[in-house]
Amino acid sequence: MTATPLLSALTARARAKAHTHTRTTTPTPCPCGAETLTDRPDATVVRHADTVAKAHAPDTTPAELTARLTTATHLPGILLPPLTPTPTDLHGRLVTFWPYGTPVDPEDPDAAPWEDAATLLARLHRTPAPPGLPPMRGPAKAAQAITRLRATTPQPATTPVLAAWATLPPWARAEAPMREAPGVHPLPGHTHTHTATATATATHTHTHPTTTTLCHGDLHLGQLVRHPAPDGPWLLIDVDDLGIGTPTWDLARPAAWYACGLLPPDEWTRFLTAYRTAGGPAVPPDGDPWPALDVAARALTVQTAALAIVKATAADRPLDDVQQAVVDACARMGSVPPELAHEYAK
Amino acid sequence: MQCPKCHAPMHTYNRNGVQIEQCSGCRGIFLDYGELEALTRVESQWSGPAAPPQAPQAYPAPPAPAWGAPHGGHHGGGHGGHYGGKRHKSFGHMLFSS
Repeated sequence: MTATPLLSALTARARAKAHTHTRTTTPTPCPCGAETLTDRPDATVVRHADTVAKAHAPDTTPAELTARLTTATHLPGILLPPLTPTPTDLHGRLVTFWPYGTPVDPEDPDAAPWEDAATLLARLHRTPAPPGLPPMRGPAKAAQAITRLRATTPQPATTPVLAAWATLPPWARAEAPMREAPGVHPLPGHTHTHTATATATATHTHTHPTTTTLCHGDLHLGQLVRHPAPDGPWLLIDVDDLGIGTPTWDLARPAAWYACGLLPPDEWTRFLTAYRTAGGPAVPPDGDPWPALDVAARALTVQTAALAIVKATAADRPLDDVQQAVVDACARMGSVPPELAHEYAK
Repeated sequence: MQCPKCHAPMHTYNRNGVQIEQCSGCRGIFLDYGELEALTRVESQWSGPAAPPQAPQAYPAPPAPAWGAPHGGHHGGGHGGHYGGKRHKSFGHMLFSS
């Protein structure tokens, strides 16, 4: 890989930050285990020793990123705190510095800390949102994925994914503010029978979280690290999408993976149970969580399918079984509109 | 295998200890030789007077949405969905991707 000016400069900054007590006058290879963790158009992340430097997406604004950094600074034990409270400018990109934490081993996802992830989310969601924090960017990210899909040569899988996207409410497509929480309305006919015509027997009346909840916005297994490395407590990282919104979004990736038949039921149950045990407000404390989860889980299923098509098309590859399973789920959404989604699929 | 009707991929599920293939497209079900009889046998056991109305399951499946993948009645046997035994490499990647 050819080092871009940004990557080189970012590496130098991380190195300087990591080795402030070491005089290095020549750019000799650093023996500390320096590495490029991510180098994508929307994020470049490099590590030197115990320091990580991140260049944020080009469209990141200083005010919003600073508000998100401030939130992380004030929630140690939930979010990894940054080394510096404000971003710096480097080659026109905003750069932040973080302590290194040990991530989940991508080669061993079976060791995923589902309970820790769920408990951290529940604690985040129970934290009063600080004033001035921008909206959580989950729906905006989903809309970005759809924009990329529309810019890609249409594939057979494109049609069901766009159709599923069209069934989502405007707030989930980032076309309206997250004013109303999904599931806040009483759901007529919320019943666990097969009969679509069943009258309302179990109206959904729990107090649903409002959309003023502090949310992570982009939860997946890459967003957890142990700090201090290698065996400190698990913490959430990546504040780029953090903000005010609907907390179901943070549960929606595992929910979508489970719904698509990818995440085993026991792992989903571990995650959901730990979230409820920790008093997480996104779902009712017991009973069927799907009336609350449905819209966000659909949105993330659509987002995942869209990006899978974009990447497979760019690489001139067919979708693999796992990607096809996500597209298949989108195809099934067309026959089950969101407001009927509380019916079981048995 | 592919669905003989609509040619979408078929996925294997374990229903009451019987392997069935269901099409991911048209939702049609394919049964191997003897499987229909096996299902009928299980059904008659369930509806028999001595049998409990619901066979106890070691791991009752948690609720799933109507658009979800069909989950078999039993999990953990290595036949349902994509998660039996060794985790699919592609799903491993998906777990870590934005």
